[in-house]
Amino acid sequence: MLSLVLILLASIYFPGVIVKVKAIFSGRKGPSILQPWYDIFRLLKKGSVYSTSSSFIFQIGGPIYFSTVLLAALFVPFEEATAVFSFTGDFVLFAYLLGLGRFLLIISALDVSSGFEGMGANREAFYSMLIEPAFFLLLGALAMFTGYNSFHEIFANLHYDSYFSAIIAIIAGYVLANITLVETSRLPVDDPLTHLELTMVHEVMVLDHSGFDLGIIKIANNIKFVLFSTLSANCFIPQSLDLSVRIGIFLLMQAFFAGGIGWLESFRSRNKMAMNAQYILSVSAIAMILIFVVIIIKNRI
Amino acid sequence: METFTETDQHVVIKNQGTVPLRLIPVLPYNVFLSDVLALLQNSKNHCVNYYAFPYADKLKFICCIADDEAGNLKVLSHEQSLQREVQLISIAKDSFPLHIFEREISENFGVEFINSPWNKPLRYAFNRADRSKVINDYPFYRIKSDELHEVGVGPIHAGVIEPGHFRFLCNGETVLHLEIQLGWQHRGVEHTYLKKSTVLQRTVLSESIAADTAVGHATAFATLMESLGGIQINDRLVIERTIGLELERIAMHIGDLSNMCVGLAYQLGASVFGALRTPTINFAQLWCGNRFGKGLIRVGGTHYPLSPDLIDSLSKFLDNFEPRFRTMANETFALPSALMRLENIGTVTKTQMELIGAVGMAARMTGIQRDIRQSHPFGAYSLVPYETVANITTGDVWARALLRRLEIEKSINYIRTLIGKMQSINEPPSKPAQDRDIKLNPEALTISLVEGWRGEICHSAITDNEGEILHYKVKDPSAHNWMALALSLRDLEISDFPINNKSYSLSYCGHDL
Repeated sequence: MLSLVLILLASIYFPGVIVKVKAIFSGRKGPSILQPWYDIFRLLKKGSVYSTSSSFIFQIGGPIYFSTVLLAALFVPFEEATAVFSFTGDFVLFAYLLGLGRFLLIISALDVSSGFEGMGANREAFYSMLIEPAFFLLLGALAMFTGYNSFHEIFANLHYDSYFSAIIAIIAGYVLANITLVETSRLPVDDPLTHLELTMVHEVMVLDHSGFDLGIIKIANNIKFVLFSTLSANCFIPQSLDLSVRIGIFLLMQAFFAGGIGWLESFRSRNKMAMNAQYILSVSAIAMILIFVVIIIKNRI
Repeated sequence: METFTETDQHVVIKNQGTVPLRLIPVLPYNVFLSDVLALLQNSKNHCVNYYAFPYADKLKFICCIADDEAGNLKVLSHEQSLQREVQLISIAKDSFPLHIFEREISENFGVEFINSPWNKPLRYAFNRADRSKVINDYPFYRIKSDELHEVGVGPIHAGVIEPGHFRFLCNGETVLHLEIQLGWQHRGVEHTYLKKSTVLQRTVLSESIAADTAVGHATAFATLMESLGGIQINDRLVIERTIGLELERIAMHIGDLSNMCVGLAYQLGASVFGALRTPTINFAQLWCGNRFGKGLIRVGGTHYPLSPDLIDSLSKFLDNFEPRFRTMANETFALPSALMRLENIGTVTKTQMELIGAVGMAARMTGIQRDIRQSHPFGAYSLVPYETVANITTGDVWARALLRRLEIEKSINYIRTLIGKMQSINEPPSKPAQDRDIKLNPEALTISLVEGWRGEICHSAITDNEGEILHYKVKDPSAHNWMALALSLRDLEISDFPINNKSYSLSYCGHDL
């Protein structure tokens, strides 16, 4: 239960920190940290407009996406504090809950039969397909390293007792950070700020969603950010510390991740679209290295 | 002073020269056709204008070909009957750049050009010959295939800038063909020149042809009126106008660099270049009260002479601007992630640009030295020669970005030279000419070419026997260059369209008039 509270808490300031950091780096004051949420509340108060050429698929797409992300949040633990649900192999369910949500968004984008949205759906499906191996290679490596196979047990038993295992934390953190960027459609894969439909990936898929539906999709995106950054925080925070200290570190780390994304988005440009596949596959390749490191450490060869 | 020479085939004038209409030889169409094609065989010649207008009971055609080597303009003409259906053999068939002019003539007067390669309506002018042709029935190029799909963008732009419709024929993410359909913003500019009779109204109209080239178009109009009316202007005014033009160039180039960085999602570049544009246009505000330089250019004089105080703040602005610009430009052109999005994207070749008759930046980024400032000097460019950027040849987005950078640096130095030159001039500033002082030459033709920041602007006017303007013709560089954007998109990912579009930064309203 603790992890769910922490995830929801962090998702309050996570998107705001990204915006703020980007604003500061471009020499502006920037809006309040809570501005993304004010925008969401404004959207929630509105009704949704549905295109006459769309069917019920379009209407259920947003709510299902939202609920799958929320459901996935129930499986993410905060180190040894259990998640709401925990069982063997729960990370497989976690990954495919997110996958189900994305699938619904993709078909609801196709449902409105807009050329743009079809393009965006095509891109998002392609990139999420490419990033999937990275996630499972990573979890596989961690499972092999700890000898357990549920989120909770893995992170509760993730101890670094040698210098070698510090390599695992670094690589796992790096891979998770990159998965976060791809899953949440940020730079260098996608540009969340662009107004140009032809270059969009995620944003163009939700172009026809409005009002309440758009509001909950945005909430789901904010939570999704924190889901992945919680997983990376789990790899880093030493368990020997006091719980209250660890909670403090966790919340600071979330702000640090958000700041990192803001920094990244300020000082580089996005990839050329055709380069994205190469970039995403390189993340999987690095996850492969992680597997090898674990095999060597555990003397499995 | 005679500003023209005559031959049997054509009249030769200098840029911004005036010639009596009767001296332009009227050729039979087949002679005209072969003469024009013979002239255009030489790549140093390009057609700056070809248009028709009703004259007495005839339809008179004027064609003006610029010789970039000799620095003069050759004017040819032919006449056709207004009464019957006119059919002419297309020149565009053998010299493609003229397609834009033939399409306009065909649309406005119902003249049929036989074998025309791309005979589609240009802008659906409200006084077109065939009003049954409407913009919603535009004949798009199509390919019948199950694998290919079409993506239509516009006419309403995602950033609600100006209207234009883009039709992509795609194979997955790859664009096979892009067709650009404009005309949504036709305002009847040329018609309005005739309806509005005072010189002030006409100047303000010129400033509004394309608001991002207010100084460029106003300069073209003002110099045209001065040539047509025989008004002498002093060197001081000439230099001031040229400083205005170069400032406009700096402001627009740096604004476009900022926009391109937005397209790359490179935030640092977007905000720093954007922030550098502000002091540039703020200087224009300080000078003439308008950030886009509206009000600066007036026929025969100016309301806003460049006082010593202003020259002082201009120098200070340049000294402050240059190092900041250089730092950011060095940073951007060395950033790997930015270069990945710029290099080898949207490449066009020199041959392609010669074939479509690209002008201005679109020509220079492939190594064609087409620059009115150098080839047909006007204003201060005839006092202090300007050497155009000549060493960029790659024709990709990178080339267009780099060309902007180099032109900004050149413009800064050029303005500094002009400021130095101004110190030695002690002429008093002159006030703009009033309507009662302006007596235009009757029965005359004037052509005025100005190199705006985008490229060559061509204004042309013809007067009747009482010295009233009978016909006014405007050509913005965008008219030619939109085709360059379409060519850039061939075999390119559709997601690279926005960065290409920004790299050309063409005008919708300049094309639509």
